[in-house]
Amino acid sequence: MSFAFHAFRPALYRPVLMACTLCWSLVYAPSIQAAEWNIDQLMHGLAQIKSGHVSFVETKTMAILDRPLVASGDMIYTAPDKLEKRTLKPKPETMQINGNQLLVEKGKQKHQVQLQDFPELAAFIDSIRGTLAGDRKALERNYLLSLEGSEASWTLQLIPTNSKMKQVVAQIRISGVRDEVRSISITQADGDSSRMLIEKIVPPKLAAQ
Amino acid sequence: MTAGMQHISRSAKLAVMAWLAFLLACGLIISRSTFTTDLSAFLPRSPTAEQQLLLDQIRDGVASRIILVNIDGADAKERAQLSKQLASRLRQDPAFVSVQNGEPVNTEQDRAYFFNNRYLLSSAVTPARFEVAGLRDALNESVDLLTSPAGLMVKSILPQDPSGEMMHLLGQLTSAKQPALSEGVWASRDGKRAVMLVQTKASGADTDAQEAAINRISKNFKDLQTAASKASLQMTGPSVFGVKARETIHSEVTWLSILSTVLIAVLLLAVYRSVLALGLGFLPVISGALAGIAAVSLAFGSVHGITLGFGTALIGEAVDYSIYLFVQSRQGTVAHAQRQTQWLKQFWPTIRLGVLTSIVGFASLLWSGFPGLAQLGLYSIAGLITAALVTRFVLPHLLPQQFSIREVSNLGMILSKLVQKANAIKWPALIVIALATAVVVQNRQHIWNDKISSLSPVSQTDIQLDASLRMDTGAPDTRYIVVTTGISREDVLQNSERIGNVLQTHKDEGLLASYEAPSRYLPSLASQKQRQASLPDVETLKRNLAAASVGLPFKTDVFAPFYNAIEKAKTQPLLEAKDLVNTSMQTALDALLIQPNQQEQQGARWSALLPLTANPNSSIDAQRLNADLQALNKNMNTKAILVDMKQESDHLYAGYLSEAIKLSVGGLLAMVVLLLAVTRSVTRVLRLMVPLLAAVITVTAGLSLFGQQLIILHLIGLLLVVAVGSNYALFFDSPKRDAISPSTLTSMLVANMTTVAGFGLLAFSKVSILQAMGVTVAPGVVLALLYAAIFAPASSQKQQPI
Repeated sequence: MSFAFHAFRPALYRPVLMACTLCWSLVYAPSIQAAEWNIDQLMHGLAQIKSGHVSFVETKTMAILDRPLVASGDMIYTAPDKLEKRTLKPKPETMQINGNQLLVEKGKQKHQVQLQDFPELAAFIDSIRGTLAGDRKALERNYLLSLEGSEASWTLQLIPTNSKMKQVVAQIRISGVRDEVRSISITQADGDSSRMLIEKIVPPKLAAQ
Repeated sequence: MTAGMQHISRSAKLAVMAWLAFLLACGLIISRSTFTTDLSAFLPRSPTAEQQLLLDQIRDGVASRIILVNIDGADAKERAQLSKQLASRLRQDPAFVSVQNGEPVNTEQDRAYFFNNRYLLSSAVTPARFEVAGLRDALNESVDLLTSPAGLMVKSILPQDPSGEMMHLLGQLTSAKQPALSEGVWASRDGKRAVMLVQTKASGADTDAQEAAINRISKNFKDLQTAASKASLQMTGPSVFGVKARETIHSEVTWLSILSTVLIAVLLLAVYRSVLALGLGFLPVISGALAGIAAVSLAFGSVHGITLGFGTALIGEAVDYSIYLFVQSRQGTVAHAQRQTQWLKQFWPTIRLGVLTSIVGFASLLWSGFPGLAQLGLYSIAGLITAALVTRFVLPHLLPQQFSIREVSNLGMILSKLVQKANAIKWPALIVIALATAVVVQNRQHIWNDKISSLSPVSQTDIQLDASLRMDTGAPDTRYIVVTTGISREDVLQNSERIGNVLQTHKDEGLLASYEAPSRYLPSLASQKQRQASLPDVETLKRNLAAASVGLPFKTDVFAPFYNAIEKAKTQPLLEAKDLVNTSMQTALDALLIQPNQQEQQGARWSALLPLTANPNSSIDAQRLNADLQALNKNMNTKAILVDMKQESDHLYAGYLSEAIKLSVGGLLAMVVLLLAVTRSVTRVLRLMVPLLAAVITVTAGLSLFGQQLIILHLIGLLLVVAVGSNYALFFDSPKRDAISPSTLTSMLVANMTTVAGFGLLAFSKVSILQAMGVTVAPGVVLALLYAAIFAPASSQKQQPI
């Protein structure tokens, strides 16, 4: 006899998770030279990268604060859908995204949720993973893409097309050099912003060679 | 019949009139009877507190009102669309209080309830939290959160909630395993089906309302489907099973009674070759059936469908008496009246003893703590007494002067010869019995089915679908529940808070994965008042906050909304149950906080349920929790008990089974005592009982060999085998010590065949309870007759008396 007591939906976690993903980013590696530099070429180059390990420094600027907040740590990406962000300073905190699972660990506390319970969040995570995996189709499902600059210094701009996402995020700018992501800037709808600078720790291709 | 009626004497007229009046009375009672099919009749009458909870939950708990809906076929997109459309229709239907299919319908209301009432809801609200040190701790934590990935959420509410009450409340909420989502709605693990949880407004015990609710879901689904759609709808859940069981039992009882009547009629017609005899022969049966139903209705207030199903089988037994009358009084060429007198003298005492034996056997069931068993007992007693009395006192007067059935002495002679030879296979029969005994002893550990589900009329496919839907919808397995009772809502909510503190300790120590508590959604008024009193006035708060934020990166004017919020919270009305309306927590509260039933008399109590979730692959520390709860009960009078639902249902069934076994043994002993009292001979009683016990053992061994585990109704069947078989044994063991007559043999064979026909049909029933009786009684009575013939005293086989 099983009793189906009402399972309370953790919908209230949604904003937390949105925030989590806004801070997401990842990474890069060396590339193949292409004849024409365009989004397809960029995507093709990014798609070659199967894993990466980078360090990050994230700076948040908020209207309620009189000075920015800074956090740092490292991140690991494994193609096609595994991401781990480990914040070391000022307080240790780990976030893992594996397929549809999102796990947040802070001290003794652990929270695990299904990404698919939060369609907007899933869309956002897919955008980051889409960039890292070089999956243009996945990106264009939720964002309008535009590319600026040259292969040696490019910036991919993502503007949400979904109205719910627009209420939270104004734009995402991902910059890089060839197949390496160097920074991710997120401008929120309310004007607050965060900028994450990325530096590779072990370039996987070089290490492999 | 009119020709016969003219000869009726005054006493006969009286008997017939009394009989007709009796039938009329029975008819009247039955017309006002209610018929039930829920299995609660097979649950105990006077349960323990723990069992009471279990039974309440089965009958009326929230679980009993949950319908699990499954949409199969078509593609994910179409299933999701159907799920959304169906859910939207059901949400507008007042018959359903909650429809969950993964769409975020209540999110905004839920969030608003928590946020707007955070200072009344949060257990962290104490005076110290709003002093300089407390606020500084909270602000430091807020800076950490802003820096962390959770920053965005904190950022938006920080100016209103710098002490972090919202985060505290969210931290307490358990995030149970959630179903998978596909196209925005809940889907099965394999993604091939859409699933939905629907909660009805009506109680699970209200089968009519449940049936209406189920039909509404089906109808809405059909309306939404396009003609080409390949999607199909399935539903499970306790109430669905209840409705299905009622349908099944209803249709089974209908076809069983029609078929067994036809079968017995054909059989009797073949023997009697007289439609009149057939009609007359059924009179005791119909009278008995009516008396049985009326007696049960009077004694229990309602009649269970199973009792009716059992009743149809009893036709085969009750018809025996008229068979004995017709066939046995057939013999000789003497006049009609003389033949009847002779029958009364020669055979009636034996039949009367047989009837009495059956009655004392079934009387033991009347003491059963399970109304279902007691009903069967009462039905049998009332039915058999009536059938026997009608056969004895009414039927002879209704027989026409020249009434006669076909000459059956040819068959009788053949039987007579067979019986004379039967004694020769005494030894092979003994070997069979010895082997059967060995089988029973060998399998004694596995003879009984110890699962309460064995009584359920629900099919295995339905049970499997239900189990998979429960997995898919993440309906938690709440094996352990802490229950507390009190005189008012406030009382139980205060208890719930105190128990919650104990459970929180267990959770913090990792002994529990999580727990639910009604006070989490609706704190007691006492706690709310206390929290309100903890909030400082705005001037003090401003001063404390200014001191606390020195050196932190917050802009000075950020916290104005906080001052407003505290000022408002200090005077806001305390939360009541109605404030939860239209939130997801309303259904949670309904499930966890149980109001006393208004129909119940005074002294009815409120109760609160706190379901526990164990850590994966481990159990809770029940011993320690029990000790902690007992200490709490002693200090705070919380009346908390920890109920292990699985253990309780196992106990329940074990008690059920052992009671039924005791009652059956008691019934058997009562029969022996009765026979001893009448025959005044131990050897005779032994002779009478041997074939009956041999039949019981052989049937039990046979069922065991065929892999059928025995449930309670097999046991009732065995009791019936003894009851019916006692008639045969008595005939073979005639006190007059003369040979058993060919017509008596014929009557026994015919009576046996009708019993086999009546009960044999039950063996094909889909309802396990009826099937169990069928497979026991049908072979059992055949064996009882054979054994009675084989082990009959030599006198009845025209040999020297022993």
